[in-house]
Amino acid sequence: MDIDKRTQQLAGRLAYIRDIFGPRENASVAMLKHRLEEFLAQAPGLGMRELSQQVARLEELFSLLEGKLENELCPMDRVRIVRHPQRICLKDILENVYDNYTEIGGQDEWSIDPGIIIARATIARRMGKKTVHQSVMVIGQEKGHGQEFRNGGSIKPWGNANALYYMRVAEVENIPIHTYVFTPGAFPVEDYPGAAQQIAKNLYVMAGLKVPIVSVFSEGGSGGAEAIALADRRLMLSHGYYSVISPEGAAAIEGGLKDKASPELIERCAERLKITAFDNLRLGFIDRVIQEPPLGARPEHYEFFRELRREVVRATDEVVHQAQSLGPLRALAMRRKKRTADPQDIFVRWQLGAKARHALVEQRYAKFRDMSRSAFLDNRALGVRLSTALARGLWSVHSLLTHDLLARYKKRFSGLLEYVEAEMRALGQGVGGPFTLLSGGRRGVPPETLECLTTLSCPEEGACRLDDVWVYVSPKSREDRTLTCPNTATHGCLDLWAPDLFGEFAGVCSHCGHHFPMEFHWYLYNVFEFAQAYEFNTAIEAGNPLEYEGFGLKLAEAKRATGLASSCITFEAKLDGISTVVAVLASPFRGGTVGAAEGEKLIRAVERARIKRMPFIMYSHGTAGIRIQEGTCGVIQMPRVTMAVRRYIEAGGLYLVLYDTNSYAGPVASFLGCSPYQFAVRSSNIGFAGPGVIRETTGMDVPPKYHRAFSALSRGHIQGIWDRRDLKKNLHQALLTMGGRNLYYR
Amino acid sequence: MLNVKEMLEELKASPYEEIEIRTPHTGVVQFVGLKAGDRVLGPTGKWNEKPGTLLANLTREKNKKPICATQKGAVTDIAAELEGKFVEAGERLLTIRHFLSKEEVIARILKKALHLFCAPERAKYYFVPEIDAKIKAGGEQSVKLKDGMEMFFVSRMKRETPLAYSGPEGIIYAVYFQQGDNVDGGQPLIGVCQEAQLSLIQDVVSRVQGEWEEQD
Repeated sequence: MDIDKRTQQLAGRLAYIRDIFGPRENASVAMLKHRLEEFLAQAPGLGMRELSQQVARLEELFSLLEGKLENELCPMDRVRIVRHPQRICLKDILENVYDNYTEIGGQDEWSIDPGIIIARATIARRMGKKTVHQSVMVIGQEKGHGQEFRNGGSIKPWGNANALYYMRVAEVENIPIHTYVFTPGAFPVEDYPGAAQQIAKNLYVMAGLKVPIVSVFSEGGSGGAEAIALADRRLMLSHGYYSVISPEGAAAIEGGLKDKASPELIERCAERLKITAFDNLRLGFIDRVIQEPPLGARPEHYEFFRELRREVVRATDEVVHQAQSLGPLRALAMRRKKRTADPQDIFVRWQLGAKARHALVEQRYAKFRDMSRSAFLDNRALGVRLSTALARGLWSVHSLLTHDLLARYKKRFSGLLEYVEAEMRALGQGVGGPFTLLSGGRRGVPPETLECLTTLSCPEEGACRLDDVWVYVSPKSREDRTLTCPNTATHGCLDLWAPDLFGEFAGVCSHCGHHFPMEFHWYLYNVFEFAQAYEFNTAIEAGNPLEYEGFGLKLAEAKRATGLASSCITFEAKLDGISTVVAVLASPFRGGTVGAAEGEKLIRAVERARIKRMPFIMYSHGTAGIRIQEGTCGVIQMPRVTMAVRRYIEAGGLYLVLYDTNSYAGPVASFLGCSPYQFAVRSSNIGFAGPGVIRETTGMDVPPKYHRAFSALSRGHIQGIWDRRDLKKNLHQALLTMGGRNLYYR
Repeated sequence: MLNVKEMLEELKASPYEEIEIRTPHTGVVQFVGLKAGDRVLGPTGKWNEKPGTLLANLTREKNKKPICATQKGAVTDIAAELEGKFVEAGERLLTIRHFLSKEEVIARILKKALHLFCAPERAKYYFVPEIDAKIKAGGEQSVKLKDGMEMFFVSRMKRETPLAYSGPEGIIYAVYFQQGDNVDGGQPLIGVCQEAQLSLIQDVVSRVQGEWEEQD
């Protein structure tokens, strides 16, 4: 190779190393710089042979020191690697890993969202002399080596919607999906279909997608990553990161500063969040790590692409093998083959049979159900655990008998009765004569019913005001002061006296209807009848699974201040006689954030509702998102709980979500947002990211009422807005009018 | 006849507006340390979502409420004797001297010099074809208006009804709406001036554009 070219390459390698290590002083980097400069200074006076020898020596030195530097990489260096414009991107993978591909989600900037690439690709497999082309759907974010229009792989809601559409296409065509995660996070705009709502829809659909999904993580930024990463096999590139939030974002929250956080704090946060491939492997959120060349894979590392190809093929084979067993010889061969062997040698067809497709979804659920099990504190005694498991089994049998077996006959019998009665009535009406007497005829409205309908129920007491007597009255009503409604300037609301406002008015401005925030206890006792409810899983406590520095104290303080063990309260309650399972996310406990304990409690509550055939109501008193100090243990709750919810809905349940105050980020972008019935209490805010984050990431200012429930309603994210004083009535009506086939109380 | 020049001279003599900030209701006043001559800002932000500079706090029934500046300008006269006192509603707290901008001066002149013909209801408005053709050929000022003259089509939910002009005779000075866009009820559609005054108004407007010195 030309000496100039080789020298240029070395200079490029040095520039790359310096980009990765940032401003840090490093002896190896300084040495490389010195040697290269020395060589460049001497070069004009050297002969051809001498030049060639010196360059070869320098190249060797570079390779040696790159290997050394590899061991010195800190988590933040890995973040810089995945964000580097020279980092491999999806186009490189399509070119080098697959044998052929056609882009179907748009081309370059002519795409609904150029940040995402969707392609149909093929991988050729050998079977003896025959070559079989296995089709796959490849979906992933594209950073495009710094192409501006790719938006850095930050996907807009319609990009995720497009990805979802083609996932469904893959399901129809019965071909596997390979997803490649190269995103710093989703683009947080609420325009339809809405960042949060679309990610929720993606998760919901992927939870039940009946084709193998394999995902490969390079840069896994929270919700944006989850939108395509709910997979049967999750592989990760050794220099990638997978995190609940970018280290910069974590540092901004940690520092509580309005200015930019210091680089040291960012580095510390990257360290604490446990974002590297090996951390995630150890925590169990990743199945395998694919080793990259020293200092990260770049487009010229062809050997790496071959390894990546082997890994994705092997992963797809494994998923298929798990769902539908291969022939005994191939199964044996697969077990015996070492990991380094080429998976091409054993032929596996990737199309699944009907039975296997069902098994695949079950295995996917089981896989995610097992994740983050050790990330919370389970203080239940062994006896309690055993009795819970026993009760669960008994309830399953009971439900099977009463709701599945007996109910079927009962339904048939009542259908028959209904048919006969309707026939008799028709006969009586049409024919007249003796048949009228037989069928009973019209007797008119009974006099007592008529009286009930036409007179006041308690006329001597004037108007009956039974509704405004609240069981629980907010302590804020004890204060002798007035409050001003925030709408005073536009609506001319008068000041409200706190005992009135927080007492009889239930925190609602009597002039404009603005809802002042109320404690979650108010809802527990006045809406969900908590006093008569049975609370379960109280012994599951939020923990500090990553040993995040300083978080243990904060958590203990939150537990002491609120008297709760986690931000989630789950209980069984009767709403006007209808038994329901209710889960509440309480805002005072760490902002209602969701971590491993909350996720586990939610899943158990959903499973309880499924087994006992009860409607499931999820009330978000306020949630700030996923608990960042739990890192990926928190973010994994998004797919986990969504999968449980999907199983519940498919089993015939009614899942109802009610938002209050402020609900943002992860939970809205997963298990809350995926419900077909979402309602909000007036004056609440719903969204993916708050105005500050939107401004920071997109550079756009958001209008003052961008996240208001009414905006969410007009964008089609929620189905209705309810007055706080009518919640109980509305919930009861919802239970009677909405929902799946398991609602036996009707 | 309206003397536009005299009006401009008057505005030049006192190029500001005095805004008196009064208490909206009873309460105890607490100033925030502003002095006469201090500059204050009105609401800012793309949607005027950020309130203006805090001028004082008014506390009634343990409810402390901020009183903010509604316009930008300079504080002139503070009723400092009210500090810490209980006051009635409508008590003057301070005065803000707001210097008029070019747009405000022009708006004031035009408000007096023009007759505004407003939209009676929210709808789409179109000129009748003859007037539309005239405007396209010879500009807005080529249209002479008379009371009762058929002038617009009001289009609402695909139902079109004619609308006649009512007001003094004159010519169209400016059109304030886009054909095909919805106009809210009460919004001006056209500004009408007397034909003789047209050149005078144009002259004054261009003079304001060129000569008016804005003060911060």
